Amino acid sequence: MSKKITVSKAIGEALHEEMVRDEKVFIMGEDMAVMGNVFAITKGFLEEFGPLRVIDTPISEEGFCGMAVGAAMRGLRPVVELMYNDFATVAADPILNQAAKMRYMTGGQCNIPMVLRCPMGSGRRNAGQHSQSLENFFCHFPGLKVIAPCTAKDAKGLMKAAIRDDDPVVSMEHKLLYAKKEEIPEEEYIIPLGVADIKREGKDLTIISWSRSVNFSLEAAETLAKEGIDVEVLDLRTLVPLDWEAIKASVSKTHNVIIVCEEVKRGSYAGEISAQIAEELFDELDAPVERVCGLNIVSPFSPPLEDKNFPHPEDIVAAVKRVLNK
Amino acid sequence: MANKNEYSKEMLLGFYRTMCRIRSFEEHAAECFTKGMLAGNIHLSIGQEAAEAGAFAAIQPQDYFTSTHRGHGHVIARGGDPKLAMAELFGKKTGYCKGKGGSMHIADMAKMNHLGANGIVGAGQCISAGSALASKIMGDDSVTVGCFGDGSTNEGTFHESLNMAATWKLPMVWFIENNCYGVSTEIHRVTNTPDLATRAAAYDVPFAVVDGTDPVAVYEVMLEAMEHARSGKGPYVVEAKVYRYQGHYCGDPAVYRPAEYMENALANDGIEKLGKKLMEMGVEQAELDQIKAEAQAEMDEAVQFSVDSDYPDPATVLDDMYANDNERCVAR
Repeated sequence: MSKKITVSKAIGEALHEEMVRDEKVFIMGEDMAVMGNVFAITKGFLEEFGPLRVIDTPISEEGFCGMAVGAAMRGLRPVVELMYNDFATVAADPILNQAAKMRYMTGGQCNIPMVLRCPMGSGRRNAGQHSQSLENFFCHFPGLKVIAPCTAKDAKGLMKAAIRDDDPVVSMEHKLLYAKKEEIPEEEYIIPLGVADIKREGKDLTIISWSRSVNFSLEAAETLAKEGIDVEVLDLRTLVPLDWEAIKASVSKTHNVIIVCEEVKRGSYAGEISAQIAEELFDELDAPVERVCGLNIVSPFSPPLEDKNFPHPEDIVAAVKRVLNK
Repeated sequence: MANKNEYSKEMLLGFYRTMCRIRSFEEHAAECFTKGMLAGNIHLSIGQEAAEAGAFAAIQPQDYFTSTHRGHGHVIARGGDPKLAMAELFGKKTGYCKGKGGSMHIADMAKMNHLGANGIVGAGQCISAGSALASKIMGDDSVTVGCFGDGSTNEGTFHESLNMAATWKLPMVWFIENNCYGVSTEIHRVTNTPDLATRAAAYDVPFAVVDGTDPVAVYEVMLEAMEHARSGKGPYVVEAKVYRYQGHYCGDPAVYRPAEYMENALANDGIEKLGKKLMEMGVEQAELDQIKAEAQAEMDEAVQFSVDSDYPDPATVLDDMYANDNERCVAR
């Protein structure tokens, strides 16, 4: 059995199910309780779980992210939301220096089983400080795991896995996916971290992507199919740990790769993946790997400007043709 | 300052013993550092022993605490094992953190409820407040004590976590050891109030300022603070005025300090003052000397244990990063 719900509702279901299942799970962040989150993800939670498990915080990102680390060290499982992933810079220390490092620095004495939910991404005309995709920022720091689902089904299954995981997990959630309605299973399920998913099989080229860019990649693949180009779309779903076996298998099949995401191109995680493919799968490649990313600029506000700052299906089509020399 | 209550000779001897053990640990660490036996840097608590001995005497076994880069004294005062602490300074696998943390990251979740020293000034404030939040959520009766230096009260984390702890009535006590120096910068050159604890008033949090060279005075104030926090009334801020005999780190000549600082410090040395008081109560010099000798012997043993211990096997360098799926997470 399946049902059709929005991505935001799917994430809300994951949170709800895990809070019912495990009383150690609690939620904190700005506007999570009385308002039920700006995207209505936790609507009704305060009434059901009470103010000790659904906490409205002041606008103190460093403070409450750090408190989540302390609570996690005590064995609780906080799910914290940063209203925008851009605010991670305000809370950089507790995320990058504390949550990520505490286990190693203490010789494995403690786990930090927290989830940091980070709405992210371009396209909502939110300008320079509310539109970034900071995957590389989180992926750089050993100690964090990072998920970036695209579909409602993946978002729910991965969120449940993230909450049950004993390590800090950053959940990159594209804001423009929240309202998308999609089929998900009626029954309970979990999608393990670190398992990529082939969203479209193909033989000519592999598009490696995640989050909203997967949808654009699938659109591009349909366009290309009409021209006889058969593209595989590999949705990583999890960025750390990286499902290298899935990448290797697909690249070894198609021998051509592009990597599509919304990050600033310079220093992107796309670049990291490209480097790994070049290092380890060079002999499989028929052409250089191309990255299709955001520009090396600040996210612009004005719509025609912002639209230049993330890959669209036509950009992906053009990149595929460049790589295939067609 | 007169103490509120009279205390037994045994109790004061207990403080004296803890203070001597902290100083001896630090003197041993300094000697090892100077001889090149330790890598990195260490920050010593010499001059802060009285405050630490007094404060930790008021902390119950079920309570939690966080510490700072200057945190060896907290470990000793809490009843930690000097051998494991010293071995961590040596980077040996027998250390509290298997040599992975070093001096600035000693932690002991299992026995001390020690949530970790921290290399980032102010970071422990949020972690302490989070631990206090956990106590409130779980409904246990533990209090979390955040040990901090004067410098961290100028971090945003102090104000953010104090505000939240106050608003949510979290069981937390701020224990500030004010030695007046953030590395080279005298606190009043960068802070507008004579005392730091008075900032608690801005959050409607009770506070106390106490002579940190008198363990009994600190103990009494901390008892009140702990009781306040444990009874559900919210946090409490205690500021103990202490001296940092060494520079910021071991080997820092501290040329930036006026000579009067150390003159005052030595004139108010906590161990000397308490020793004098104990002798007035009838304790013989020989008994005090014996306590010091025992501390020396204990720390000699801690150093020997550390010297004799093995370094971690380089093959374990990737271990402990992740609780689940470690191998894959560190592979790429």
